Amino acid sequence: MKAAEVVMGTGARAAALAVKSARVDVVPGYPITPQTSIIEAVAAMVENGELHARFIPVEGEHSAMAAAVAASAAGARVFTATSANGLLYMHEVLHMASGGRLPVVMCNVNRGIFAPWTLWADHQDSMAQRDTGWIQYHCSSNQEVFNTILQAFRVAEQINIPVMVNFDGFAISHCLMPLTLPPQEDIDRFLPPHEPEWRLDPAHPSSFSNVTNAEEYAPFRQMLSDDIMAAIPLVKQAAQEYKDITGMWDGDTIDTYRLEDAEVVAFAVNSMAAELKLSIDILRQQGIKAGLLRPRLYLPFPAEDIINALPQNAQVMVLDRNYNFGHPGGILASELKSALFGRRNDITVKNRVMGIGGIDLPRRFMADEIRAMMDE
Amino acid sequence: MTTSIKQLPDIEQVLSGNGACGGCPATMALRIVGKALGPNAIMLLTPSCSVASMGMTPRLGYNWPCINICFATAGSSASGITHALEIMQEKGRLQGELPTVFTWVGDGGTYDIGFQALSAAAERNDNMIFFCYNNEAYSNTGVQRSGATPRGSYTTTTPSGKRQQKKNMALLMLEHNIPYVATATVAYPGDLYDKVAKAKSISGMKYIEILAPCYLGWQFDMPETVQMSRMAVRSGAWLLWEAENGKISFNKPSASIINGKKDAAPVDEYLMKQGRFNRLLKGPDAAQRIAEIQGDIDREIAFMRERAQITI
Repeated sequence: MKAAEVVMGTGARAAALAVKSARVDVVPGYPITPQTSIIEAVAAMVENGELHARFIPVEGEHSAMAAAVAASAAGARVFTATSANGLLYMHEVLHMASGGRLPVVMCNVNRGIFAPWTLWADHQDSMAQRDTGWIQYHCSSNQEVFNTILQAFRVAEQINIPVMVNFDGFAISHCLMPLTLPPQEDIDRFLPPHEPEWRLDPAHPSSFSNVTNAEEYAPFRQMLSDDIMAAIPLVKQAAQEYKDITGMWDGDTIDTYRLEDAEVVAFAVNSMAAELKLSIDILRQQGIKAGLLRPRLYLPFPAEDIINALPQNAQVMVLDRNYNFGHPGGILASELKSALFGRRNDITVKNRVMGIGGIDLPRRFMADEIRAMMDE
Repeated sequence: MTTSIKQLPDIEQVLSGNGACGGCPATMALRIVGKALGPNAIMLLTPSCSVASMGMTPRLGYNWPCINICFATAGSSASGITHALEIMQEKGRLQGELPTVFTWVGDGGTYDIGFQALSAAAERNDNMIFFCYNNEAYSNTGVQRSGATPRGSYTTTTPSGKRQQKKNMALLMLEHNIPYVATATVAYPGDLYDKVAKAKSISGMKYIEILAPCYLGWQFDMPETVQMSRMAVRSGAWLLWEAENGKISFNKPSASIINGKKDAAPVDEYLMKQGRFNRLLKGPDAAQRIAEIQGDIDREIAFMRERAQITI
């Protein structure tokens, strides 16, 4: 049996290597900072024969997602990547991917939204796509990006729902970390070839995403709503089987750290959640029983797993790297309160927005913020 | 020799029973296209009359796998399908002759909202036939102005007549250096059939634009679709031409107009048959308006005659 290989790689490189390991067929791509290095790497791998696939250099993100959904409807395994305004430009076609039940996998490298321009990370872009019917993971390390893309293909193709794999611009996309690459045979065992139940095929003429009456439209939408919720056990199964095969674990729907006896729980996603583990250690040294709950899966929102994991009478400090405009605070806090309402009345939820447009979030700063929130 | 209507194959890809208006030129044209393409094809549709008339889910009046896509994306969606089919064949997951990938898009989805994705697909020379059926307005939403609406035409968003000239879209596609561009219209079915058959045999990007006189938008009598199509060609308001690898040749009867063997019919009769023009040609400025429209036609004839001389 072959051993895993360890290489140094950025988050963007990790994504491109996962695309290669997944034996993707078609990658439409369009550059946008900080995602660009993913599609550059994929284009190079296609060019030099490392990856047997088609790279389609489209003229914009709207077309990137259009080519992706169409290639998926033709029966191909499809990947693309974007960031920020590129993701917003895709918005209409994101709905076609989910409504059309096409298992596209896409990386969104999180970046704040124009206007005004910023190049750096926050989570407004992905969270603004909440209602598009996509499954969304948020990753906190380079390795997790690699692992999650493979899990995402598996889940997407099992349930015919597209999956977005999010991670922070620069902090993850451009920073080097060691990457463990499992042997290809192991990955092939985890992720079998894509065999769609249906594809555009002249031997079976049929219409796809054609006009419907309300009597047909409404059940389509209900099925999508039901099936997204049904992704939760598949996400767990994918994480577990990936662990069984590769030995690597990033959490399933959630990832926790020192949570069991915690009285104060930090709640956040992406790279800041990795840094928060160190903030938790600082708070513990200060005598505060702190812990972390990171929703690795943002959509479907893993409400049951969060409800079951939170210790009795915990104060949950939600650190949002986004705004929930029209409400005080951020989107994660709103989602969490909605999940807990009437289920866990013992829990107190507090919320701060921070790190907008890439403002650095060091461990001490976040530890201090959590301490300050305790007194509010 | 142009194929005659009697020589067209019996195969019908447009099935009987659909929601199109009587005399619908898009449906007529699609029927001819189907005879040339046969069943081994995949059809992409953006929102347009041909979607409204194809039948509601799960019924379907076109005998191909048909995918409805976002309005702006005909070019990029067709690229996605054609690359997917090619790579799946390379990897041994598809056998046999690959289907023809073709779009069926109105003038709005071509000239306006779909132009960017079409231009990029052409620049990449992706393997597809992009059909534009051009009824010179957004007929499906009740006749609004598009980039294909000619000067002087009434639409609901140009109530006193469009003030601007239409684009020469086929020429714009030619300037993308794609292997095949053609124009056609329903009064010349053999010409359309031959052009589709030729496009099918060529690899890369093919653009075929079909003038589709729409009785509702143009305001003429329903049975006169073909006659209106013929008048558009005879007046020079629509030129039949094709270009293989950049070299333009004109088809009958436009060739006679271009080479001066025959004068184009004066545009007046063509205009006065159509409510979209003649409703605005009642005032004292009628002569000037007609002269402007005639001027646009004369300029296009002269320009295309000269453009065809460039063969490099």
